[in-house]
Amino acid sequence: MFAIGSSAADSPFEELWQLQQQVDELFGAWASPSGGIRSLPQGSFPPVNIGHTPERVEIYLFAPGVDPKTLDISMQQNLLTVAGRRDIPTDERATYYRQERFSGEFRRVIALPEDVDPDRVHARYQDGIVQIGVERREAARPRQIEVH
Amino acid sequence: MATHSEISPKAGAASARERRGTAVETPIRPPVDIREDSEGITVCADMPGVSKERLELRVEANTLILEGSARLDVPENAEALYADVRASTYRRTFALSGELETDKIEANLKDGVLTVRIPKRRELRPRKIEVRAG
Repeated sequence: MFAIGSSAADSPFEELWQLQQQVDELFGAWASPSGGIRSLPQGSFPPVNIGHTPERVEIYLFAPGVDPKTLDISMQQNLLTVAGRRDIPTDERATYYRQERFSGEFRRVIALPEDVDPDRVHARYQDGIVQIGVERREAARPRQIEVH
Repeated sequence: MATHSEISPKAGAASARERRGTAVETPIRPPVDIREDSEGITVCADMPGVSKERLELRVEANTLILEGSARLDVPENAEALYADVRASTYRRTFALSGELETDKIEANLKDGVLTVRIPKRRELRPRKIEVRAG
């Protein structure tokens, strides 16, 4: 299945490890899946993407088929917690060939940059994605300094 | 009863290493649940971020093809801080077997979950065979 290559990384695991190192270096340990103390193993539900601008941080949770009413989203300082559940009923009379989709309770704790304002958070759910926007504090934003 | 091999994902042709070299993004292989009852087969696929307009579902030469692209509402000047999801397209294919009615497939997309129902031909549905006492 794996092609034979002559690069420095000959095992797929080594490649993964190297990629992980690069991710750690790029994003810093606070957001790193391997380095963050609250991080979950790869493949955990729901997957998360985080983007930021000078004004805000946007968090995207890929949580299809979740009833938004069951979502519990809270902020404590810069720690965002998202909990919820997705129950997939099993049809007793059917034969299952694959059951790859996550079923059950989930909880993710995400450390955001320290300058976020926990009082200014909004969330919405569309097409299976929970999008949470958190404003950053004014003081932390880069300001243009005029030279007189 | 159908066996596992009758609706099975096609083996990916390219290895991870081969795919990385190409400019085209490798689509996400959405996780699926597949179940069969006496009247047909149901496939459920997680495709978050895909709306009806961005979903493409088709049958080509007895292969069911699920494709879609996710839309994220990202501010224009945003930079990525962290990403579990590195691609925005989905693709998964399944070989269908002859007893399935491919022209009667029904699909529903809700909150990023695609449900595809493939009925079996009526004449080919399992029938209970009566055993008469001799």
